[in-house]
Amino acid sequence: MNTDLLIFFTSGAVAIVATILVITQYNMIHALLYLIVSFLALAVVFYVLGAPFAAALEVIVYAGAIVVLIIFVIMMLNLKKDAEEQEKSWLTPSVWIGPGILCAILMAEILYVLLAGGFEGNATQAVGAREVGRSLYGPYLIAVELSGLLLMAGTIGAYHLGRQRRKVIHRFLEMTDE
Amino acid sequence: MNAIPIEYGLILAGILFMLGMVSVLIRRNIIFMLISVEIMLNAAGLAFIVAGSKWTQADGQIMFIFILTMAAAEVSVGLALILQIYHQLKTLDTDAANRMKG
Repeated sequence: MNTDLLIFFTSGAVAIVATILVITQYNMIHALLYLIVSFLALAVVFYVLGAPFAAALEVIVYAGAIVVLIIFVIMMLNLKKDAEEQEKSWLTPSVWIGPGILCAILMAEILYVLLAGGFEGNATQAVGAREVGRSLYGPYLIAVELSGLLLMAGTIGAYHLGRQRRKVIHRFLEMTDE
Repeated sequence: MNAIPIEYGLILAGILFMLGMVSVLIRRNIIFMLISVEIMLNAAGLAFIVAGSKWTQADGQIMFIFILTMAAAEVSVGLALILQIYHQLKTLDTDAANRMKG
């Protein structure tokens, strides 16, 4: 067994175990920390598969920016200790056993299809950041501009939705000032 | 140098996607559902990267970058919505937000 395959299996197993821990945690911060572990393991998988630029983006954007954004919101919500117990009361076996069985059946079907053959070929050699950049600013230029528009729409939407309505308390009547 | 059969990568992507889907189905907390959607998007990106590395093309990584962009925009709007829901309803339960009129 060569080294790349060994690293792939190890980090893939770490990613799966960390993701299982994410979906079984009651505490939100613990789940997010396991999510960071899962993203870092997947970055190692990307690197072994020959995508070093995607591995760097996985660490910077997913494990860096998105998880930190969710942590900021959890800090703003200021949840108390009873949120954990409420989460525990929501996640009973009668809730998760039905979807678990159904999704396991679907997973078994996907495993059968993938292992039945027809997928010859290995990950042969790395595709570096140079090729990605050339392709990104060549044939995919219009898609880059469109994703810039998407980010702009996301920024404006988040600003509009996150704005708190100013509450003006009059002496006699209470009204919300839009 | 590399000799990773691509079906292993696709199986890993499938397992991660299934875990995210189970989590979306069983959770009632809306922040956990958003985290699970992130897991599923990440698994889809992994499948793109595996396919791109099989044919030694940059297109798989480019699709991963677009998925990344979409996930960032989605999580910012989703978190703003979560803050607004928590502000209005004082809970993170998705069942409490089942009416359009808050």
